[in-house]
Amino acid sequence: MDTEPQRNRDMAETADRLSSVDVDWSLSPAPESTDHVQFDPSYDLFIDGKFTKSTGRKRFDSINPATEAKICDFAEATAKDVDRAVAAARECYRSTWSRLKPVERGKYLFRIARLIQERARELAVLESLDGGKPIRESRDVDVPLTAAHFFYYAGWADKLEYAFPGRDVRSLGVAGQVIPWNFPLLMAAWKIAPALATGNTVVIKPAETTSLTLMKLAEIFQMAELPAGAVNIVTGHGDVGAMIVNHPDVDKVAFTGSTEVGKLIQRSLAGSGKRLTLELGGKAANIVFADAPLDQAVEGIVNGIYFNQGHVCCAGSRLFVEESVYETVIDRLKQRMETLIVGDPLDKNTDIGAINSRAQLETIQRYLEIGQADGATLYQVPCSVPERGFWCPPTLFTNVAQSHRIAQQEIFGPVLAVQTFRTVDEVIQKANNTPYGLSAGVWTDKGSKIFNITQQMRAGVVWANTYNQFDPASPFGGYKESGFGREGGRHGLAAYLELG
Amino acid sequence: MVAKTYKLFIGGQFPRTESGRYFVATVDGQPIANLCRSSRKDLRNAVVAARGALAGWSARSAFNRSQILYRIGEMMESRFDALVAELRAQGLADAPANREATMAIDRTIYYAGWCDKYQQVLASVNPVASPHFNFSVLEPMGVVCQFAPQDSPLLGLVSMVLPAIVGGNTVVVIASEKSPLSAVTWAEILATSDLPAGVVNILTGFRDELLPHAAGHMDINAMAMDRPTEEQRRAMEIAAAENVKRTRCFDLDWSKPSSQSPYLIQDFSEVKTTWHPIERIGPSGASY
Repeated sequence: MDTEPQRNRDMAETADRLSSVDVDWSLSPAPESTDHVQFDPSYDLFIDGKFTKSTGRKRFDSINPATEAKICDFAEATAKDVDRAVAAARECYRSTWSRLKPVERGKYLFRIARLIQERARELAVLESLDGGKPIRESRDVDVPLTAAHFFYYAGWADKLEYAFPGRDVRSLGVAGQVIPWNFPLLMAAWKIAPALATGNTVVIKPAETTSLTLMKLAEIFQMAELPAGAVNIVTGHGDVGAMIVNHPDVDKVAFTGSTEVGKLIQRSLAGSGKRLTLELGGKAANIVFADAPLDQAVEGIVNGIYFNQGHVCCAGSRLFVEESVYETVIDRLKQRMETLIVGDPLDKNTDIGAINSRAQLETIQRYLEIGQADGATLYQVPCSVPERGFWCPPTLFTNVAQSHRIAQQEIFGPVLAVQTFRTVDEVIQKANNTPYGLSAGVWTDKGSKIFNITQQMRAGVVWANTYNQFDPASPFGGYKESGFGREGGRHGLAAYLELG
Repeated sequence: MVAKTYKLFIGGQFPRTESGRYFVATVDGQPIANLCRSSRKDLRNAVVAARGALAGWSARSAFNRSQILYRIGEMMESRFDALVAELRAQGLADAPANREATMAIDRTIYYAGWCDKYQQVLASVNPVASPHFNFSVLEPMGVVCQFAPQDSPLLGLVSMVLPAIVGGNTVVVIASEKSPLSAVTWAEILATSDLPAGVVNILTGFRDELLPHAAGHMDINAMAMDRPTEEQRRAMEIAAAENVKRTRCFDLDWSKPSSQSPYLIQDFSEVKTTWHPIERIGPSGASY
């Protein structure tokens, strides 16, 4: 008979048996199939609705950061190419896009959103292949959000008079956009969707290490029969971005990237009358109070800093733990870090993929040295990483002082700087004491404390008892040197409209 | 008759310029008053006062800010004749002087009423696809430095300053270089209106002298300038990049009704978005 004591004895025996043999608990490889994914060995620029040869001869390679193997190559756009792209955008704006009925503009965007959904798996695989991010993230975050962004702004196209009551709204003209390598498709959607919905046309440049999925997006624009010239994609390095930003026929500039480059752009646009929005760096504080749900907080800390290898401008890169629970939190955090799987971005079990480029890996490694030289204590999970490719195991620093460079400067990698605090006032001061102000996190089960902290944080996005959540309906953007302007939501429309 | 000494307004006090320098305001070539020619040091003192007042002012309830702004309107009304006389002394004819003062009071009442309403118009609850409560509210940018209109010494001044303080910012404003008297008299009104010291700080002096110091000041969050010249705009925007200041250039006819709106409050506001999970106990379990 199956009695309670009997069951307990059975379970104990099973446990004994299991512990006596050497059991390998690691997960078997679960690589995403890539046979359905096709791409060309070589891509031209996307200008006026067609893939167009560059006027120059220079090309550059895109490599898979997990293997260092070449994926394909892209054209390095010239000044002449940028001229052609801007001219195509202007002509489309003048003759077609600004004259289209708003509801028709919206339909194009809906169609684009649908096509992205239909090709979601292909896009996710390419995003991971080209950028190094885990397939789990590109599949579950990047691509669905990209489609959702187009879907969200599609519906705004014919409702703009309700977005700014009492004002007439007008489109601006040609938007010049420069986006980073950490979320290539998603950043493109953040920029292109509101620009098109509000009646503007676009010239956009992806980052040089992650141009591939934008070429796929160009194919989707073709399939959606988006009017030629409404979106033009030029590839190349930073100077191509500068050519777009400084082009005299561009009316509006939107940039996501480093604070350093953002300041350069702000300076170079001075006196031009061009509209500008900047989404720049961050050094977010993630604050854990003793009364927080600690297991959930540990998940939030991990998600905050190790999501997308820490290549996230709003990453929770500074952890503040209330002193009384410091040991507990760090112990649990280290245990949790040991379970993170570092490796093949295309494996569905992978938590932390490849660092996007050799240059970025070198930057991160420099900060690991700086952190130790400044006196902080480094902890890295012992884990094996593939021989080739760019890898950085999840890292945390304890014994960090507010003045340490790893507590002040954006590292843009899986590196967490841990500090402690005793009082609410102290942690507010410490959290706000950087030139950045993009995001913050707070963990506590006390509601009134949550609202005190969320109100006191000088940051554009504050996550309470959660972290790194994104949605097209949710405005995103920074305070202080993290930039200005918002992307997402109704507030995100303002950047692309003139209020009359 | 006793002639008035026109001084600066910093942190609720009326100091002279620390530099000991003065300039003469004139109408048709005739001197009408001596004014402080503010220095970089005066500007920095004003920024310190504004920064110090920020936390307290932005934490005031919207209702309280509204009451204080309405009180400013009351004080302006009680000094109506003096405001008009001073506008006339600065060269305005009777009717325009009357209109300028009347509209300045009306605009004050207008913005007093917005304090506890603009959030409801401009903030949002955002319908995100995940189980989170997500909302966006407007918050102050911080310390705002403004260069007031040259040709509308009172109405233009209040039209720029008030939306900024309605939004919880504190302000350092450089008065009209051409007609600076009304700004100093308005400061005396502010000083008797329950407006906390340092919320509005008023300097007189030269635009071109103060502009680079203000635009490059690392503790100013936003700059606004009425009708800058091309060179002034360029200079401001270049220096502003040093700490990614928000910059606004106005080219409005401040006497038009369309030159007052909650969108001017938004011009001096940041949008903050807050997320919190919603517990869903059910077949799928709790979500945090």
